[in-house]
Amino acid sequence: MENGGYGEVLEDANEHCPGPQSESAGKSDTCQGCPNQKVCATAPKGPDPDLILIAERMASVKHKILVLSGKGGVGKSTFSAQLSFALAAMDYEVGLLDIDICGPSIPKMLGLEGQGIHKSNLGWSPIYADSNLGVISIGSLIPDPDQAVIWRGGKKTDIIKKFLKEVYWGELDFLVVDTPPGTSDEQISIVQCLKEDGIDGAIIVTTPQEVSLIDVRKGVTFCKTAGVKVLGVVENMSRLYQRLTDANFVRSSETGELTDVTKWALQYISEQAPELLGLMACSQVFDNSGGGASRMCQEMGIPFLGKVPLDPQLCKAAEQGKSCFEDQNCLVSAPALKSIIENLLPKIVGEHGA
Amino acid sequence: MMSVVFAVATVIFSQNFSFFPSVCLARSLLYNNAWLRADLIPIAERMAPVKHKILVLSGKGGVGKSTFSAQLSFALAAMDYQVGLLDIDICGPSIPKMLGLEGQEIHQSNLGWSPVYVESNLGVMSIGFMLPNPDEAVIWRGPRKNGLIKQFLRDVYWGELDFLVVDAPPGTSDEHISIVQCLQATGIDGAIVVTTPQQVSLIDVRKEVSFCKKVGIKVLGVVENMSGLSQPLPDVRFLKPSETGKHTDVTEWALQYIGERAPELLKMVAYSEVFDSSGGGALKMCQEMGVPFLGKVPLDPQLCKAAEEGRSCFEDQKCWVSAPALKSIIENLIPKRAAENGA
Repeated sequence: MENGGYGEVLEDANEHCPGPQSESAGKSDTCQGCPNQKVCATAPKGPDPDLILIAERMASVKHKILVLSGKGGVGKSTFSAQLSFALAAMDYEVGLLDIDICGPSIPKMLGLEGQGIHKSNLGWSPIYADSNLGVISIGSLIPDPDQAVIWRGGKKTDIIKKFLKEVYWGELDFLVVDTPPGTSDEQISIVQCLKEDGIDGAIIVTTPQEVSLIDVRKGVTFCKTAGVKVLGVVENMSRLYQRLTDANFVRSSETGELTDVTKWALQYISEQAPELLGLMACSQVFDNSGGGASRMCQEMGIPFLGKVPLDPQLCKAAEQGKSCFEDQNCLVSAPALKSIIENLLPKIVGEHGA
Repeated sequence: MMSVVFAVATVIFSQNFSFFPSVCLARSLLYNNAWLRADLIPIAERMAPVKHKILVLSGKGGVGKSTFSAQLSFALAAMDYQVGLLDIDICGPSIPKMLGLEGQEIHQSNLGWSPVYVESNLGVMSIGFMLPNPDEAVIWRGPRKNGLIKQFLRDVYWGELDFLVVDAPPGTSDEHISIVQCLQATGIDGAIVVTTPQQVSLIDVRKEVSFCKKVGIKVLGVVENMSGLSQPLPDVRFLKPSETGKHTDVTEWALQYIGERAPELLKMVAYSEVFDSSGGGALKMCQEMGVPFLGKVPLDPQLCKAAEEGRSCFEDQKCWVSAPALKSIIENLIPKRAAENGA
């Protein structure tokens, strides 16, 4: 990966920094003018002591899964949250680590907004959504939710390491790591920190359209470069499915003005075409004419885990911090997610359990 | 699992202000620009013939920043402005595809790097043009990304521009700090912030608005994208649900049935609120944060198609639900910029 692994590049370093652990650190031509030049030239080199502390914390974690995407807004956090709920419902001990430092969505999606992180003599305690589902996010460290975290990459790396060093997870079957979009500091750092102890793999989330797949392919390439196994790809927001009776009906005038005629339309349907009432309406909102994730997986030689429909009820569940499996509201998305997770587990734990 | 946790538990968040810079420290980020000082003058020279600079931001990914940036640029060019579109999403550059410029390369002249031109008055710059293989990941930490952003601003010859539109990735990190540090000396007109209606987006977008306030960037306004899905009923597919979860496609039958029994429906549009707005959406956020609300753009599969095909949504009638909304937002926006600065 970047800099050949010669240590964490400092946030105000020059553009072609050789890495503070490199033999030429502080001495090469590219170091001229860098504010860290003196420190790098004189500091001792060696393995990162943080990695040893992290390894100790991770020793009690059986499986580590990253949830990645090159693209933003495809449903990584929603998937991470619902995966964690599902695993916890199967009685596994689950930890969910949110390393999206600038836009942490996980507290809301687990119904944990406003809760703070407590410290004990064992370390930082995750916040528990359930007795067997603990969560850590920077969102739980910010008193004012409107406050922006305006940090360069170096500071983001620091907090990620802190999460891994300081949090006392206890014995975990699964640590699910939700990441922000991209292939930069957060992704490089989490792989560097966890690789020694072993990352089971990454689940990659995308939406069907080419504009997403272009970025997601880069995410897959990142995994290959970093030596992280791709457990598979989930195509989210695959199609919109709704009961016809849940839609609103509008009439467009010649000037383009829209009038809501839902009440009239439903009565009209009941009287004239009652067989329509039981039907579902399906729309391809995000264009999949490029072949979607399935084709990308074939081309890149990675597993395709399945499609999750675009379900307004799943969006609502995320807003309310609920599991989509606990009631019948998410009738189109929950079965799809369940199927994907059930197919995924044997890839991680083997055919015969954790 | 919850093994004994000893009595002296401290709540971290109330005491950990050292993580979070105060306003004064946040502003000091802008002055911590040693990496940039040698290039400030060349950047100022490049930006001197640029009349207006607009950032397109969001705290949240996937809300339509790049789509909006692209369509804004198309619209401005169609109004005969000279437009530059700078893509500073280094890890996930979408702009080349959205402008129909995939596969094109950057050329150098004695004046500097040339933007890639969609039209004679619409030039584009993106790392997307520098990747020999589109699948290649850009696995760079912050300093390298900062270096490229600086290079874009220092080395690209835009010429005389009425508007430089800057498309940013989601967040409030290196790219955002750097673009503000690079451009603030020469003046940034403001930022357009894009969101979708649901709370999970607005949480992040509020942070972006706070970022703008902290670093002194005017929020020109907020656009609420994907604000409800409108589809003509004949475009909808009809499925008969079954208890096993396997639904049967009955579209052909349904359309014939409708044609015979309820033909008025064929003129109807089905509207669905896909992304929940029960929290009040962007309008409420704008009222609470004291920033302008620019308008809503519906979720339009045709706009998605236009983005996929690198087309302007204004060039034909296909994006009939989204193009009027975008046009209205842009027309409201531009007089603010042009009138205030005498362009």
